[in-house]
Amino acid sequence: MGFHQTKDASGVAVLQVEGQLIVGNRQELKDLVQAALEQGERRLLIDFSRTGYIDSSGLGALVSISKKVREAGGELRLSGLNEDLRSLFELTKLDTLFAIAETPQQALASF
Amino acid sequence: MPSSLRLCVRRSSAPDGGEAGTLVTLRLPSEVECIEEAVELVTRHCLAGHAAPRKTRFRLQVVLSEAISNAIVRGNREDRDKWVHVRAELDRDTIRLHVTDEGAGFDPAAVPEPIRPEQLDEANGRGLYLIRKLVDAVEFNERGNSICMILRRP
Repeated sequence: MGFHQTKDASGVAVLQVEGQLIVGNRQELKDLVQAALEQGERRLLIDFSRTGYIDSSGLGALVSISKKVREAGGELRLSGLNEDLRSLFELTKLDTLFAIAETPQQALASF
Repeated sequence: MPSSLRLCVRRSSAPDGGEAGTLVTLRLPSEVECIEEAVELVTRHCLAGHAAPRKTRFRLQVVLSEAISNAIVRGNREDRDKWVHVRAELDRDTIRLHVTDEGAGFDPAAVPEPIRPEQLDEANGRGLYLIRKLVDAVEFNERGNSICMILRRP
């Protein structure tokens, strides 16, 4: 359970969620995004290709992150949600709040 | 490191002709660091000996994580002197999961629906809604400190 942070060749900050995104580690993700914003990053991608499951705290953290990025004048994309993970966003209607791409490559191309 | 979890598994062979079943109990401390391990342990026992589709495993993981997290954070308020008790009653057709905390309880009927447009920007309030959507039935005890989630095996 952790996060892997990289920067794409086009300058997008990419955060990969490895394992779960739940109450025990959601703050770490929020802190990473906050630090990225403070460093001047304005294009962020959170990728879930290597994620097992997300709980409501994790979804809530993503909502907070989305607000923070918006307030900073930035753009946030999500990618790599498998069918199960995507169903959580659909059930909670959060698929209407986020820009979700199938793959990280598609998300990066959409900035 | 999280404190150790206490797991107990009992299998009934039903000598009286009744249906055989398994009872799994797990006691865990009120530490969010324990949630992932507790979820994996209980999920593994719930699915042992059954050919479960990926979707069933995922639903179990999410609702267990959700209910245990609620019990630790909202029920026990992360009080290290309080425990969370998980009890899984398993048989051929059904998985019945009880998660109980040692807090004062809450009124599940008072929890608002989180999917109204004006609620979408809220960071909290989706847990119980998600549980209700992912299992076949949900029950609470009268005090509101114990949830029972029922999943029928596919």
